[in-house]
Amino acid sequence: MTQEIIFRTIHCTNDLPYGGIGKPLNTFPVAASHITRAFGDFKALDDVSVTINAGEFFSLLGPSGCGKTTLLRIIAGFDYPDSGSLTFDGKDILDLPPEKRHVNTIFQTYALFPHLSVYDNIAFALKLKKRSKEEIDEKVWRFVRMVQLEDHVFKKPSQLSGGQKQRVAIARALINEPNVLLLDEPLSALDAKLRQNLLVELDKIHDQVGITFIYVTHDQSEALSVSDHIAVMNKGKVLQIGTPYEIYEAPATEFVAKFIGETNYYPATVVSFESYKDEYLVKALVPELGGEVLVTDFEPQEPGKEVAYTVRPEKVHIATELHTKADRLINSYSGVVEEPVYSGFQSKYFVKLDNGSTVKVLKQHENYMDDGPDIEWKDHVYVSWSAEDGFLIKEMGQ
Amino acid sequence: MKEHDIERLHARNNQVHLSFSNIMLVFVLFFLFIPLIVVVTYSFNETKEMNFTGFTLQWYKKLFTDSSALWAAFTNSLLVAMLSSITATILGSMAAIGIKWYQFKARKAIISVSYLPMVLPEVIVGVSMLIFFSSLNINLGLFTIYIAHTTFNLPFVFLLVSARLDEFDYSTIEAARDLGATETQSLFKVVIPSILPGILSGLLMSVTMSLEDFVITFFVTGAGSDTLPLYVYSQIRYGVSPVINALSMIVILGTMALAWVCKSFLKTIAANS
Ligand SMILES: Nc1ncnc2c1ncn2[C@@H]1O[C@H](COP(=O)(O)OP(=O)(O)OP(=O)(O)O)[C@@H](O)[C@H]1O
Ligand SMILES: [Mg+2]
Repeated sequence: MTQEIIFRTIHCTNDLPYGGIGKPLNTFPVAASHITRAFGDFKALDDVSVTINAGEFFSLLGPSGCGKTTLLRIIAGFDYPDSGSLTFDGKDILDLPPEKRHVNTIFQTYALFPHLSVYDNIAFALKLKKRSKEEIDEKVWRFVRMVQLEDHVFKKPSQLSGGQKQRVAIARALINEPNVLLLDEPLSALDAKLRQNLLVELDKIHDQVGITFIYVTHDQSEALSVSDHIAVMNKGKVLQIGTPYEIYEAPATEFVAKFIGETNYYPATVVSFESYKDEYLVKALVPELGGEVLVTDFEPQEPGKEVAYTVRPEKVHIATELHTKADRLINSYSGVVEEPVYSGFQSKYFVKLDNGSTVKVLKQHENYMDDGPDIEWKDHVYVSWSAEDGFLIKEMGQ
Repeated sequence: MKEHDIERLHARNNQVHLSFSNIMLVFVLFFLFIPLIVVVTYSFNETKEMNFTGFTLQWYKKLFTDSSALWAAFTNSLLVAMLSSITATILGSMAAIGIKWYQFKARKAIISVSYLPMVLPEVIVGVSMLIFFSSLNINLGLFTIYIAHTTFNLPFVFLLVSARLDEFDYSTIEAARDLGATETQSLFKVVIPSILPGILSGLLMSVTMSLEDFVITFFVTGAGSDTLPLYVYSQIRYGVSPVINALSMIVILGTMALAWVCKSFLKTIAANS
C-alpha cells in the first residue's frame, strides 16, 4: 500500500497535477504579538510575537511540548490567549469564533469525520454553506483529483491508509478556500519515505494555491527544506525567526545552534576585535581548544564578554596531514580519531584533540582521488576550519 | 486470508462436538426457554388445568375481546415506556456530552450521583420516590410513574453514551468548527451521528427496563394507573388466567420482532461508520 502511494506521489510530481483548482486564492499576513497563554502556573506560550507574510510558507519549529500546537490553536480560534493580540491583515480577530476566521486547519490527527465517506468529508464545508448539488459535486471532484483520491471517494476514513487520510484532510481544508492554512505536524504519523514525498507535494500545493501556510513541525530537516521563514521555539518562547539559511548559518542562541543540525560548542570569552572585510574579526579565548581562535561576526564584540564559540561538523576539514593553506585565518588542531561512524556517503569522526577536548567532524565521501586514504580508528589527524565558518553565540542557556 | 481458508474455518466451527461446553449450552438454553415453552403451550390449553387437555384459541379470543382492564394496563405501560425512555435518552445523552466536555464545579459529584439509581436497591429508590412525591403533594399516578422510570433509566443512557463518547475524537468537533460549522451544527452533524449507536442502545434499554419494572412502579402508582406488570400481579390472586399466557405469547413475538428490527438497524449504522 505504502509502496503504491510513493509511486503515485513520485509520478504526480512529474506532471503538475494541481492544474485543476484554478486561480490562486486570496491570502493575508498574520501577526501575533506578545501572546501569553498559561495553563495554571505553566506558561505554554510566553510573550510570543511572530509576523507571517502573506503567501509565505512559515514553519513553527521546536521540540515536543514547546507550545507550537497551542499557538496554532490560538490562531485557528480554538484557544484564547491570556494576553497579547492577533491580527489578520491588520484587523484584530481574537474575538471571532473559529468558523468566522478564514483559516483552515489540518490537524495532528487529521480529525476526519468517521461516519462520513471521503466525498462527504471533503464536501462538508460546502454543504454547510448550502451550495447547490451541482456546484458541490463539481468542486469536490476537482479537489479529489488534486489530491489523487479518485479511487477512494466512497470509502470511509477507517478504510484509508495514513497518507490517504492526510490527502483527504488537505482537500477538506482547501476546498473551503481559506486565506491561511494551518498544518499541525501533518506528516508526523507517516514513514520517512512517504514523509519526504508528501512534503514535496505540500510545497507544490502551496506554490499553486498561493496562500499563507503555517506549518508546525519538530523535524528540523522538514522545516529547513520547504520554509520561507522559520520560527524556532522552545519552552513557550520564540528564540529566533529567520530564513532557513539564517537559522542554520547564524543561530542566535545556544538552543537554536544545538537544535538545528549538529555543532561543536565551546564556552569562550571575547579578547578583542578588528574590522575585516565588511564584518568584524573577533579574537576569542576558548579554553577547550587550548587557546585563542579567530572568528568572523557581523557585529563588534565587547572584550571580556562571555560567549560561546561553535563550528558545524561539516565545516571542519580532516586529514592525516596539516592543511597546506594554513594561515592566520585557519584554526588547526592535531588529535586522534576516537570513533569513526561510517554511514555510506558520509562519515562522522569524533576526534580527541591533544588537550583532551573532542571535535565532531562530518566528511562527505567523494572518491579516492579527492578523499585520499581512508581515515581510521586511532589515526593521527589534523582538523582545521576557517574563521569564516565558526560563529559566536551571544545568548547562552536558551 | 484467502476465501477458501475462511470457508474452511467456518466448516470447522460448524461441526458439532459432544464437548462439555456444548452440553452446557444445551442445558442453559433448555432452562431459559422451558418456561417460555410452557407458557406458550398453556396459552393453547382448553382448560385452566395444569395438564394439557386440548387445543383452543379461546384465550386469545378473550384477550382481544374481553380484557379491557388488561389492555388499559398495557397501554399505560407502553405510554410510560415511550415517554420515559425518550426523556431519559435526551437528558442522559446531554448529560454525558456536557460532563465529558465542559468543566464546571461539582462535575465529579454529579458523575458519582448519577450512578446511584442504578446501584441502589429498587426498594430504596421506590420508597424515597414515594416520600418525595407525597412531600410535594403530587398525586400518584401515571405522571409519577413516568418520573420514576425516567430516573432509573437515566444512568443507563448516561453510561452507554459516555462509553461511546470515550472513543470519540474531540478534534473532529474542532475540525467541524474550523470548516464553518457553528457549535449547534457540529453537535448535529458530527457528534450525534458518531455516538448514535450508543444513544440507540440507551433508548432500547430504557424501553425494556421501563416495560418490565415492577418494584419501583409498585411504590409510585396510584389508583387506576396500573402498568402491565402490576396488573398481571394483581390478577394472580384469582389464579393464573390463561389469558395472561396468551398475552405472554404476543409479547414474546413482539419482543423478538423488535430485537430483529434493532439488530438490522444497528448493523446498517455499523456498516456506515
Ligand atoms: N489544555 C491544556 N492543559 C494543560 N496543559 C496544556 C494544555 N494544552 C497544552 N498544555 C501544555 O502546554 C505545553 C505545550 O503544548 P503544545 O501542545 O502546544 O506542544 P507542542 O509544541 O504542540 O508539542 P508536540 O510537538 O508534542 O505536539 C505542553 O507542555 C502541554 O503539556
Ligand atoms: Mg503539537
